Amino acid sequence: MTVGGLSVGLETTPTRRGKRLSPMVYLLVAVGALLVLSAVRALSGATDLTSSGTVQAALTAAVPLAMAALAGLWAERAGVVNIGLEGMMVLGTFGAGYAGYQWGPWAGVVFGLFLGIVGGLLHAVATVTFGVDHIISGVAINLLAPGAALFLSKLYFADAPGGGQKQSPRIEDAAKVTLPGFSDLMGTIEGKRWFFVSDLAGVLRGLTTEISLLTLLAVVLIVATGWVLWRTPFGLRLRSCGESPSAAESLGVNVYKYKYLAVTASGAFAGLGGAFLAVSSGQFRDGQTGGRGFIGLAAMIFGNWRPGGLATGAGLFGYTDAMALRGSNAVHALLLLLGIALVVVAVLQYRSGHNVLSGVAAVIGVLFGWWYFTSDQVPPELIGAAPYVVTLLVLGLASQRLRPPKFVGEPYRKGHAV
Amino acid sequence: MRNLTARSVLLGLAAPLGALVFAALVCGIILAATGNSPIDTVDAMATAAQRPRTLVNSLNSATVYYLAAVAVAIGFRMKLFNIGVDGQYRLAAMLSAALAGAAFMDNLPSFLRIALTIGVAMLVGAGWAGLAALLKVTRGVSEVISTIMLNAIATYLVSYLLNPARLAETTPGSNNIGTAKITEGGQVPGIEVSGSSTKVFGLVVLAAVVGFVYWFVLSRTKFGFELKATGLSESAAVASGVSVKKMVVISMLLSGAVAGLVGMPQLLGSSYTYSLDFPPGLGFVGIAVALLGRNHPVGMMVAALLWGFLDNAANALDISGVPREIVLIMQGVIVLSVVVAYELVRRYRVRAEQQAVGKALGRTKTLEEVSA
Repeated sequence: MTVGGLSVGLETTPTRRGKRLSPMVYLLVAVGALLVLSAVRALSGATDLTSSGTVQAALTAAVPLAMAALAGLWAERAGVVNIGLEGMMVLGTFGAGYAGYQWGPWAGVVFGLFLGIVGGLLHAVATVTFGVDHIISGVAINLLAPGAALFLSKLYFADAPGGGQKQSPRIEDAAKVTLPGFSDLMGTIEGKRWFFVSDLAGVLRGLTTEISLLTLLAVVLIVATGWVLWRTPFGLRLRSCGESPSAAESLGVNVYKYKYLAVTASGAFAGLGGAFLAVSSGQFRDGQTGGRGFIGLAAMIFGNWRPGGLATGAGLFGYTDAMALRGSNAVHALLLLLGIALVVVAVLQYRSGHNVLSGVAAVIGVLFGWWYFTSDQVPPELIGAAPYVVTLLVLGLASQRLRPPKFVGEPYRKGHAV
Repeated sequence: MRNLTARSVLLGLAAPLGALVFAALVCGIILAATGNSPIDTVDAMATAAQRPRTLVNSLNSATVYYLAAVAVAIGFRMKLFNIGVDGQYRLAAMLSAALAGAAFMDNLPSFLRIALTIGVAMLVGAGWAGLAALLKVTRGVSEVISTIMLNAIATYLVSYLLNPARLAETTPGSNNIGTAKITEGGQVPGIEVSGSSTKVFGLVVLAAVVGFVYWFVLSRTKFGFELKATGLSESAAVASGVSVKKMVVISMLLSGAVAGLVGMPQLLGSSYTYSLDFPPGLGFVGIAVALLGRNHPVGMMVAALLWGFLDNAANALDISGVPREIVLIMQGVIVLSVVVAYELVRRYRVRAEQQAVGKALGRTKTLEEVSA
């Protein structure tokens, strides 16, 4: 990986062109994961692991992360690194607060999206037109956006009824929908505490009860992104700008235009993520994003720069977030899960001949297991670190499976040999 | 590169000055559009600049910013982005504060205590940065991503350790939690300035030393040459026998060690404890200052002073009724416009050089012809 940094001499491990796994395999993996989860649930008695409440909370937490990850995906697929996601999300939260309390949640979402686009355009002007280093521009946006949001918040919210210098008045939540009948049925089964069946019911109930329309919109956007980027000529051209812009240009693709579109879309998604965050928590607050832009970036890397993968990553990180919020002993069980996952990685790495990596994974996995069996709970201060630790582990232990866009992070100028 | 003509000096100054003027303009427009008077704002800042207290505080802030900037610049010089200065200095400040405040330190001579505190801070900073270096050289993980993750992990680790059950204690009479207070012998005395109630950090000397060593190592040693060479052209460096992996590890460790120093002036000079209200985000200020000062030891000094003054003038703005966040906007605009301005100047230089070569060869080509 060369995100705007050194590459020569740090030879990257050869990437294997893995064959696409069939949907059946994914289903099997999901069932397997749920089996492990229910086993851990039964073993530890932490019913919150698979309760519908946790799943619901996880979904709410995952949506802003997924949007941030999607924002990262759009930019990086076109070859532009966007660590300004955090700042663009802040703009989105402010926009949602400003329009949301006056004209309702959907106006908030639209205005948040609009402010995100402004942030995205700023990044595009700096990186595409002026060829500024992507990381630097992103850092600058992360400095600028929170300041701007706080400045405007003091200006517009301080005197508004129910608002304050650092927070907006209340925003109404978006409408929520429930799958009638099914949800109650699942609720009954969930209550029985049967092994696996009740766990499955809990998850399904969580996925079909009191679902915000915003969440549904997010799902649509993830699927739509997958379709646009991988199934249309537009998407092929956009991705070609991230893989080999000179080749794309020689074939008549207007690289600047596609990069501009991608980074603008990236800003829009980040703004949307911020808006979702503000609307679902009922108001804009200073510092509300709390590093979610970076977690989104992590989810994108975890998901190997693909929509399905980043949705999984966002779901996983949202899940730990939800567990931390609920503050139950269920978090403790996550240690065991992490340990098991690492041992699985160790076995996989051993089979593909990476003995050292396998050893490292096994040792860390055993350490997590040891932590689980010698303690009663995870210190609450450490739970929030889970997404970051998991991402580092993925990068450190499985990075040969990751394949970022080839030309990501490199400034590109038309007509210059690269 | 050595011949300093008036033209090259002017070009070098054009970018930062242009960015400053542009940022001032943008902020003026924002202020005017939001019903605040730009004139009053400038007036308030100018009044603040005449108070010795503001100047002392600005110098103190600048000391800290300068250290952060040098930490970032070490990486920048070889195209390594140490975004993790933030996490490195917080973890280092926290752990060294716990050590310096520990009871057994009371019996040691003052010099040894201070040296031990600073040494541990450097080690912790280097260690945290070393994780990123390790991931980069063994697994090819981008240091940008890993240091972002390590920043967040450091935040949670610090809040875990900063707990009365572990390394901290509750300050009597307040809700603030901090490490045990460093007693007299472990403190670095400040320098009195007439007319100001606050003192200049004694460790301003440390910042000056770090700046000098940075300059010396980069421009007067083989290591510094290799570091810069790696940053300018890796392939050329590799061809001349430089081990890039070794350079990555060493420069990341050095960067982390300097990052570990960032918390020291405040810890040993005024707060004497690492508590919840220790300033966050200094690593990002360091990035901004390093960019503005172009990684140059003197340039960064000027930039750090400017940044420190802007931060402390913000307090004066609050009093005159202008939202102090305008300073944050101004700083953000400065960073963004200064990097754009440097790029524009660089392009202009390249074009001027090409034209000069073209003239010398008897015909001129435009940039488009050259690149076509």
